[in-house]
Amino acid sequence: MHEISLATALIDLVHEQAAAARARRVTRLVLEIGTLSHVDAHALRFAVDAAALGGPAEGATLEIQEPEGTAYCLDCETSVAISARGAPCPRCGGVKLLVQSGDEMRLKEMEVV
Amino acid sequence: MCSTCGCGQGEKRVEDISHHHTHEHANGAHSHEHEHDHAHEHSHTHPDGTTHSHSHSHEPGHAHAHEHAQGNDAADRAPAGAGATRLLSVERDILEKNDAIAAENRHDLQATKTLALNLVSSPGSGKTALLVETLKRIGDKYPVAVIEGDQETTADADRIRATGVPAIQINTGKGCHLDADMVRTAMSRLGTPANGVLFIENVGNLVCPAGFDLGEAHKVVIVSVTEGEDKPLKYSSMFAASALMVVTKTDLLPHLDIDVDRLIDNARRINPTIGVLKLSAKTGEGMDRWIHWLETARALRLATD
Repeated sequence: MHEISLATALIDLVHEQAAAARARRVTRLVLEIGTLSHVDAHALRFAVDAAALGGPAEGATLEIQEPEGTAYCLDCETSVAISARGAPCPRCGGVKLLVQSGDEMRLKEMEVV
Repeated sequence: MCSTCGCGQGEKRVEDISHHHTHEHANGAHSHEHEHDHAHEHSHTHPDGTTHSHSHSHEPGHAHAHEHAQGNDAADRAPAGAGATRLLSVERDILEKNDAIAAENRHDLQATKTLALNLVSSPGSGKTALLVETLKRIGDKYPVAVIEGDQETTADADRIRATGVPAIQINTGKGCHLDADMVRTAMSRLGTPANGVLFIENVGNLVCPAGFDLGEAHKVVIVSVTEGEDKPLKYSSMFAASALMVVTKTDLLPHLDIDVDRLIDNARRINPTIGVLKLSAKTGEGMDRWIHWLETARALRLATD
């Protein structure tokens, strides 16, 4: 359940940003959680709700964007989109893929009052 | 700042990409143009049902306040008054604090030419047995120290200390992984084995430790032959993050149906550059190659800044 650690780190970051912007309340969070990251969006949602309790982000709407991954195929020497690690190259079926992106875990935006 | 709705635009450095910006309010729409670097678009709906969409931009890592009044009478209100909803563009990694502490650890380890390895695996893969056998072979050759992570007990650190090598236990309690701050504290108490090797035995867990950089030079994933061929496919993040896979308990192979070649193929499917070693800490088979790998990695650390 490292989603709890992530949620705690996220809420700390949210509190910092909210304080810096002199906001009283956080109403919406937009996260980017790549599909190749080791995070379960459902578990993260639950953990964020729990971590936010009692603070300015309690009850904030959580929007999670899940961009797909990209990888470089060593067989056809092309950058391709992939939805899972270990998936074959969608172009040539090769299995030697170097993952280039898709494990992002970012706080993109927050809406505050 | 737009005087009608209060949406901020003025505080950013402006470059040569211009774009168009439209809002709709219940009491009418207006639009205006402004310029930015790094544009993006988004929309949101206010509690009163007003949908508001616009593009704006910012530089990465910079919080950018975007203010506009809420409600149907928005035009009549002070732009940044009480109750104003603002959109902050944040663009920060959720684990940036962990990563910053990991960078400090990595800096200290580099400064003392210490090779740090983060050993990760499922519970029961034989990490501690491998470590104990390793320390018997290298413990008196150069400085070595061990940080042990477990949810409970000091059993593993006790096993390590019995070999004469300094060890410190981190109990994570309910936590499922070590983080960089725990390791920083442990390093400050244990001291770094300058010119030697620091082993960090992570909590037995093939999922969570993958995402937490501790400042190590390499992650080493340990898989026992009793775990089956599919572990790399089931727990891909860990194999993707590791430089080396050590297959342990090879002495059990005669009793098992596992196809070790398939295990290795699966690991390479996740990570084409992962190194592979097979060994038995119990019989000593393959231990020489592991020790050779360690000494090569240590030599590289000593040879480079």
